[in-house]
Amino acid sequence: MKRFFHRKTSREVAKDRLKILLISDRVNCSPEMMELIKMDIAKVISKYMKIDAANMEILINAKGKGARGRTPTLYANIPILDLHKQ
Amino acid sequence: MSNSEVIVVTSGKGGVGKTTTTANVGCGLAKQGKKVCLIDTDIGLRNLDVVMGLENRIVYNLVDVVEGNCRVKQALIRDKRNPGLYLMPSAQTRDKSAVSPGQMIKVIEHLKEQFDYILLDCPAGIEQGFQNAIAGADRALVVTTPEVSAIRDADRIIGLLEANGFKRMDLLINRLRMDMVRRGDMMSANDVVDILAIPLIGIVPDDENVVIATNQGEPLVGSESPAGRAYANVVKRIMGQEQPFLNLERGISFWTRVSGIFHKA
Repeated sequence: MKRFFHRKTSREVAKDRLKILLISDRVNCSPEMMELIKMDIAKVISKYMKIDAANMEILINAKGKGARGRTPTLYANIPILDLHKQ
Repeated sequence: MSNSEVIVVTSGKGGVGKTTTTANVGCGLAKQGKKVCLIDTDIGLRNLDVVMGLENRIVYNLVDVVEGNCRVKQALIRDKRNPGLYLMPSAQTRDKSAVSPGQMIKVIEHLKEQFDYILLDCPAGIEQGFQNAIAGADRALVVTTPEVSAIRDADRIIGLLEANGFKRMDLLINRLRMDMVRRGDMMSANDVVDILAIPLIGIVPDDENVVIATNQGEPLVGSESPAGRAYANVVKRIMGQEQPFLNLERGISFWTRVSGIFHKA
């Protein structure tokens, strides 16, 4: 429907490109650092429960709300194997 | 008196109108009866003197002051056309490392005793020149144009200013072309504010009179031209006066709105 009535104007293209560009600019976080953060989170959570560290994933997303609008937010997805670690 | 405000005019990207903005805002504040000092912090690439039409009156400069070759007062050029307006030019034959942030703070502290407003024209980039320019400032004017590259750099600058403890940052959108916004070929002021998320202090339309004024070395603030009026409004907002944005300034035409309804379908 949208596509039928309306081709994206260059203004919209610019806005969309900027939004994506600024998320990665603002995060300023290398893949290596992401891997280190992931390992540290796994280590801490493992103290309390048994998790599937091999299948956990973390990502930084621009959904959060902060002082300047879209603040990047860290999401972690950690499969739990056993909630009650003895 | 230390009610003076120290404002750095910055942008990250070059060529978006920092120097023009500094000259016009400074000149406009002086026309409102304020005592204003403009400091060109772009060492090695000075230009504020030319835009102000004061290039033939330079004797001493900022680096001379810092190195103790002259007193602060001797480096200040008085603009004869605008009572209360002074310029401290930059050095043309030196580089950014000739001045340190600590030295800038000292010069500014000295000037604060005599001026209501001190405006710092920041060089492009985020290196030492930028650090020097922001060191003594307590408020920032971030200049951008409605282009992807300029907005990206402005975002970076805003991040750096936040990291340096700036609480007051205002956005000036320069060279907006309403005809292009209407066609959907340029981001509107609202688009830019949405993305950068700092308070808007002015929208200056793309106006050939700016080029003419620069040719003549005379700021156009307050003159009967679109940019002249826009800068006059910016000046009032800087002084804390409520000033409605002109229709042209906001830049959302009736037809854009109507077509916007269809776009959402």
